[in-house]
Amino acid sequence: MSDEQFEIIIIGAGPGGLSAASRAAESGVSHVLLESSPKIANTIQKYQKGKHVMATPDILPLRSPIDFQAGKREIILETWEQGISSYNTNVHYGAEAKKIEGSKGNFSVECSNGTVYLGKHIILGIGMQGNPRQLGVPGDQAELVQYQLDDPDEYSNESIVIVGAGDAAIENAVALSDNNKVYIVNRKDEFARAKEGNLNLILAAIESETIECFYGTTPNKVEETPDGERAGLFFLNTSSGEAQVPVDRIIARLGAIAPRGLVESFGIEFPNDDPNAIPALSNQYESNVEGIYVIGALGGYPLIKQAMNQGYEVVEYIQGNQVKPADHELIAAKFEVLPGDIEVDDVLSLMQARIPVFEHVNALQFREIILDSNVHVFKKGDLIFKKNDYTNSFYTIFQGDVEIEAAKDLRILSKQGSFFGEMSLLSGRRRSATVFAGDNCVVIETPRRTMNKLISSVDAVKRVLDQTFIVRTIQQKFAPENSIEELMPVAENTVINQFRPGEVIFAEGDEGDTLHFIRSGSVTISSAQQGKDVIMSYVPANQAVGEMALLGDTARSATATATVKTETLSINRESFDMLMDTAKGLRDRMEKIAEERNRQNVAKQSRAADSSELVSFLMGQGLGEATDVLLIDEEKCVACDFCEQACAATHDGTSRLNRKAGPTHAHIHIPTSCRHCEDPSCMKDCPPDAIQRGGVGGEVFIGDNCIGCGNCEQNCPYGVIQMAYKSEAPDSYWRWMLFGLGDKPGKADKSKSANPDAIKQAVKCDMCKDIDGGPACVRACPTGAALRLSPEEFAGW
Amino acid sequence: MIHTSFLSHDRFKFLWVALALGLISALFYLFHDPKEPPNGGTWLGYSLGTVGAILILWLTYLGRRKRNFLNGSGTVKGWVSAHVYLGAALLIVGTLHTGFQFGWNIHTVAYALMCVVILSGFYGIYAYTALPSTRNDLKGSQTLDEIFVQVEDRDAQILKLVEGVNSQVSSAITSALDRTVIGGGYREQLFGIDRSLAMINGRLVGNPAQGAILEYLIETLSKEKGQTRERLGQLMNALAERKKLLDIIRDDIKAQARTSAWLLVHVPVTFGLLASLIAHVISVFVYW
Repeated sequence: MSDEQFEIIIIGAGPGGLSAASRAAESGVSHVLLESSPKIANTIQKYQKGKHVMATPDILPLRSPIDFQAGKREIILETWEQGISSYNTNVHYGAEAKKIEGSKGNFSVECSNGTVYLGKHIILGIGMQGNPRQLGVPGDQAELVQYQLDDPDEYSNESIVIVGAGDAAIENAVALSDNNKVYIVNRKDEFARAKEGNLNLILAAIESETIECFYGTTPNKVEETPDGERAGLFFLNTSSGEAQVPVDRIIARLGAIAPRGLVESFGIEFPNDDPNAIPALSNQYESNVEGIYVIGALGGYPLIKQAMNQGYEVVEYIQGNQVKPADHELIAAKFEVLPGDIEVDDVLSLMQARIPVFEHVNALQFREIILDSNVHVFKKGDLIFKKNDYTNSFYTIFQGDVEIEAAKDLRILSKQGSFFGEMSLLSGRRRSATVFAGDNCVVIETPRRTMNKLISSVDAVKRVLDQTFIVRTIQQKFAPENSIEELMPVAENTVINQFRPGEVIFAEGDEGDTLHFIRSGSVTISSAQQGKDVIMSYVPANQAVGEMALLGDTARSATATATVKTETLSINRESFDMLMDTAKGLRDRMEKIAEERNRQNVAKQSRAADSSELVSFLMGQGLGEATDVLLIDEEKCVACDFCEQACAATHDGTSRLNRKAGPTHAHIHIPTSCRHCEDPSCMKDCPPDAIQRGGVGGEVFIGDNCIGCGNCEQNCPYGVIQMAYKSEAPDSYWRWMLFGLGDKPGKADKSKSANPDAIKQAVKCDMCKDIDGGPACVRACPTGAALRLSPEEFAGW
Repeated sequence: MIHTSFLSHDRFKFLWVALALGLISALFYLFHDPKEPPNGGTWLGYSLGTVGAILILWLTYLGRRKRNFLNGSGTVKGWVSAHVYLGAALLIVGTLHTGFQFGWNIHTVAYALMCVVILSGFYGIYAYTALPSTRNDLKGSQTLDEIFVQVEDRDAQILKLVEGVNSQVSSAITSALDRTVIGGGYREQLFGIDRSLAMINGRLVGNPAQGAILEYLIETLSKEKGQTRERLGQLMNALAERKKLLDIIRDDIKAQARTSAWLLVHVPVTFGLLASLIAHVISVFVYW
């Protein structure tokens, strides 16, 4: 332990930490930058070689002593290395902080190598990736043990042991097995955590003995054998005793330890258990522990440029300099539409004061929200959005009022401070009402991603939104002529229930005591006929199920099953009766709906063919969360591949569908192609918010601002997103036809890009939103085998 | 059924159009009473000829339309539907245009080529409607790639099993695996000809449908006892399963080849037809 006390201790040499340390060095502030790995920017070091790194958002200016521009990974890392050395930045590598004690002005940071650092302030920039889990046995620090694999082609004729049973372990093992002798060590007796594709790969490799698997085995120790034929010996505890494997290399793929536990041990609080939650910070990035500042991804800012700016700003704040944040000008530009001449900070505080849903948000987070949002000034009568639009942004009223058209000739007035648009935000479905501007109207439009981030980090926001969602749903769906106040008693007794895929919401013969309004997900209704469960209908979100039994006071006449993860608003019998008494004409309307359902059921029963098996199969493939899916009738498909060629020709040379891949039942084939999920998994973690939903068909599409990070590719459960280069303009048909020049239409070579600076971007089906006449795959099918359907249409089978 | 085929596209709209065209042409022909015998030179002959020539050009244009993925009008299915029915109607229009006057000349060549194109198209309709079901029934819910993987699995299983049998049998079986042939040229694919071989008792013999090796195993097995017999029995079963998979693959390739092979007649002859049509038209106007 040295006695030197630093002004600032910076933990984590990522973009934020490097920028902070360089700024401290530049301004002559005593500092130390602690980095657990042996190099700077651990996460970026792990990117594949030559990866092009983007510098989004483009409009945000960079504020840092070290430079950062979009470019190749190697060049960026080199620039940063040069940057920190030119400022004589004090970096300590291999220093993994594991304990922080003390308080502002007097902190001590203890590292796992035993060194203790003293400092007055701490800047935490450790990112979200976490550290790879170590082998945890003697010798696991030996050089032959590694925790990642950059390029499997680098190794040949080696003896390599992979430890782990997840996807990363399997992918590494399979890739290495081409040129090496590969063993895989699995603690359990099966590969339970792996994706199905990887599972098949590894089982086939073990079966064919290209990979040798130790099941039920744990590592014991690693010994280096400098004189031996191989670099080391790996001792294992197998189910049948000890084993030794001579190895050149051990690759442990045991996942990463999420940093949250560590951060909490420093005393920093998270608002809730949501895995996406971020610690609450002041507008100067200070956490609840005075003197500890959090920047970068851990503080909710996943982009490199943001983190670098924060690193700079936080050092200024610590020195007591009140710099305006780098985004100041950007926010000022957003406020230009506002009448009058008010300071940016005053507008921000006024907004928070006037709009209760943002009241509990801290100033920093609110700034971020506004940076992502747009401020609109509308004239009275302007259309804000139309019913059935596919937009899903969230609106708050800063000034004046808006009129919500709940039903024909019925407009509900919403005033300053309230919000609208939460229905589509929460359910992922189309707009449920048309909204017009009222008098003096100024609204803030916030994108879905920003709101979702807020909902997962501020409990109060989630609560308010849920409550409003419930009462507005009841008003809109059951009692449009009643006021919100009249419906509050019903709403207060309504609860939100969640169901897993395949979970029974209610079963045939049960007592009918609850009405379920589906807020997200979808449900199939089935009933037992001649000992078989026959699916009668598919009910998408935004509709109710279970009203029959409540109306008729009978037991359930059918079973309702969630097809995917489903959320319902559950209204119990008492509240339902209360609603019936309050809402004019509701009984008549409900009876009409029940009649229509029975009519459908009778029609379904009298049809000869039973499509239940097919519908169950389709639901089993996750189509319950689809809104539009490509289905191929194998009895009509002549395998001409025009669907793929049409897709490639209309989409920069890469087909977004794979006709041959995917499951088949009877003669219906589900090719690998986007099904435009109701609540798309791909949208959940897109740093530049490049994935959007909209247009006429509700298609989910990826914009040009994609940075090629690959998150969506990994998050999609159906494997429909690929990373690809854009190809040049499609070749001329006549040139190919008459002279045999250029590529056949739809058959361009897309493995390389003509432009060396191009990056692979995520591509997927966009339902041909920019092409007249609809999806090219369907229009190019010569026989009628390809068809796009929404799940509601499955019942027609 | 939710999917509708090109035949029933838009409630058979183009079938009705084609029937109307055929019927009108036939009626004109019946009530037409020219001074000379009916031929292509009468006003009706010229009219039918013009309609026929336009139809031929338009039918040929399908080859362009179906590759125009960016801004083609309508759907390709609609175009195919119209192509099929109006192509069939062309047989009536073209035949009536000739006035049944045939001879050894360029005009009759054009007519003959047109008939070849249309008749090969009829086979195409059969191929496009019947063969996909055949392929689907063959493979069930599996893809061809999955069946290939299963064959590989069987190969690995068999190679493991042969380790325990004598070298004569084992080399026969290994040779049968090594010399299994799938696919081949057009002839092999179209007619499902199997050129697989096996080296049995030092002689290279034909092994279509794996028959020779299975027969050899059956005969060898009957002379053995105990463990060897058991092992040979396992091998026989594995080879039989492998044969079943190979049969599916071969039948699928055959059906696939037949689904598209007719185009090798339909398309080139169309270009022959276009050439002879130009010659026919020019010669009519220049030399008649």
